[in-house]
Amino acid sequence: MGAGLYFFLSKALKTVQFAGLADVSISEDIPVEGEITVPVGSHSPEDDFSTLDEPVKDTIMRDLKAVGKKFVHVMYPKKSSALLRDWDLWGPLVLCVSLALMLQGGAADSKDDGGPQFAEVFVIIWFGAVVITLNSKLLGGTISFFQSLCVLGYCVLPLTVAMLVCRLVLLAGAGTVSFIIRLIVVVAMFAWSTLASTAFLADSQPPNRKALVVYPIFLFYFVISWMILTFTPQ
Amino acid sequence: MAAADDLKFQEFDDAANLLAANPGATTISIDEPVQIPKNQRSRLQEPGREEDDELLGTDDSDKTELLAGQKKSAPFWTFDYYQTFFDVDTYQVLDRIKGSVFPVPGKNFVRLYIRSNPDLYGPFWICATLVFTIAVSGNLSNFFIHLGKPTYHYVPEFRKVSIAATTIYAYAWLVPLALWGFLMWRNSKVMNIVSYSFLEIVCVYGYSLFVYIPTAMLWIIPERVVRWVLMMFSLCLSGSVLVMTFWPAVRDDNRRIALATVGTIILLHALLSVGCLAYFFDAPEVDFPAPIIPAHNGTTVITKSVNKVTMPVSPSVQ
Repeated sequence: MGAGLYFFLSKALKTVQFAGLADVSISEDIPVEGEITVPVGSHSPEDDFSTLDEPVKDTIMRDLKAVGKKFVHVMYPKKSSALLRDWDLWGPLVLCVSLALMLQGGAADSKDDGGPQFAEVFVIIWFGAVVITLNSKLLGGTISFFQSLCVLGYCVLPLTVAMLVCRLVLLAGAGTVSFIIRLIVVVAMFAWSTLASTAFLADSQPPNRKALVVYPIFLFYFVISWMILTFTPQ
Repeated sequence: MAAADDLKFQEFDDAANLLAANPGATTISIDEPVQIPKNQRSRLQEPGREEDDELLGTDDSDKTELLAGQKKSAPFWTFDYYQTFFDVDTYQVLDRIKGSVFPVPGKNFVRLYIRSNPDLYGPFWICATLVFTIAVSGNLSNFFIHLGKPTYHYVPEFRKVSIAATTIYAYAWLVPLALWGFLMWRNSKVMNIVSYSFLEIVCVYGYSLFVYIPTAMLWIIPERVVRWVLMMFSLCLSGSVLVMTFWPAVRDDNRRIALATVGTIILLHALLSVGCLAYFFDAPEVDFPAPIIPAHNGTTVITKSVNKVTMPVSPSVQ
């Protein structure tokens, strides 16, 4: 009799318990979906420096403009740091090759007594510039090696212009008047070269050794000027 | 437990009283170094050493020896090692040049000016300047000598620059090397009080060549007498710098070896200057071979003037 009562009561209670949940249905598998990709914002900064995709003309024009800007800086030497910051050796190479080429053709009767050969001019300019740079660094200068080479090479520009003028004057004649004109032009350009390179390089030297650094630069441009002045065509 | 008396500060008598109390005790005296006056110091040594003191400059050589020991500690493959050889200011270089051009008799160039700070700036750039000065002056002097001659065509003679460079750099660096080796060898046999490092010898040779730079510029003057007078004068000046430097270093040696060493130094120096004068500067008043015009009676007349001193035609002989 008691078990029957218990059975009846538990059934009644179950019915009452689950009455509110009768209309809820739970399905077996629930698919989850969404997006994994990160949304891309603006251009990343690395893309701007990659110059692989630009046309070749742009690359060459950019370098040529840099070289041209430095030429202008040499002709009007102000205390700007553009020459020192972005150094390049294209300009010195072009100047050196053109100067060495223009110094050719001054042959003499015997091979031994002629003017400097192409290789000699090249070696003098580059070896001289390296020695002067080493000298200024050994004396305690703070300028870097290639910056100094760049400045010394670019400051050969006035002397290259002087060589061009000398060749043109020599086309007209080789007398005393032409020699005087050549002398004045070469002396003026030599002074310009020395002052331009000193203006760029002097600040990086210790103050009580400035003369020790400027003198080799003076000697270097003097030797180049001597080669230009003594050029005699055959 | 120590007695209270032992812990009290005890007064010590001064040294004289203590020594009187206990004459057998050992004493150590720690004093300030006594400065012997200079005349007394030289009296203590042989009379012949007096000039050595002046030559050595022993007043502050102690300090310079200490300083020399503190320099040059970087290993030789670093850049800083070579920077120690360029540790000179402008006024120091100018002082050294002045000392080589105006040698004070009795003063040693190395001790007076170098003072254990040999530099490579002076020798290197003085040699470079001398190379270009000789080449340029030689070229100019030849130009002026042969100016106006119809058969003359100006040539820049650039080959001579490389020859001048080889000669002068070889002289300024190989001769000091040989001399240093020789002095080291003699030092091992005979104890010398004066010995130089290799860089100091290079310094002396380099700075002694400075007087040839104005001499080479003055050699443009195309007079033979003027050139020889200039050469003797500059040889005396630079030779005296070398002699006064190296005589104290070999004086202790065998008399003949000392004289031979100094004689060789002077001879090489003279050879350098005579060689440069002969090779780079043409002899003045060289007469080109004149065309000989046969006269009527068969005697030959030379058209060039004969009242000048006629030189042999080969330009390399003075």
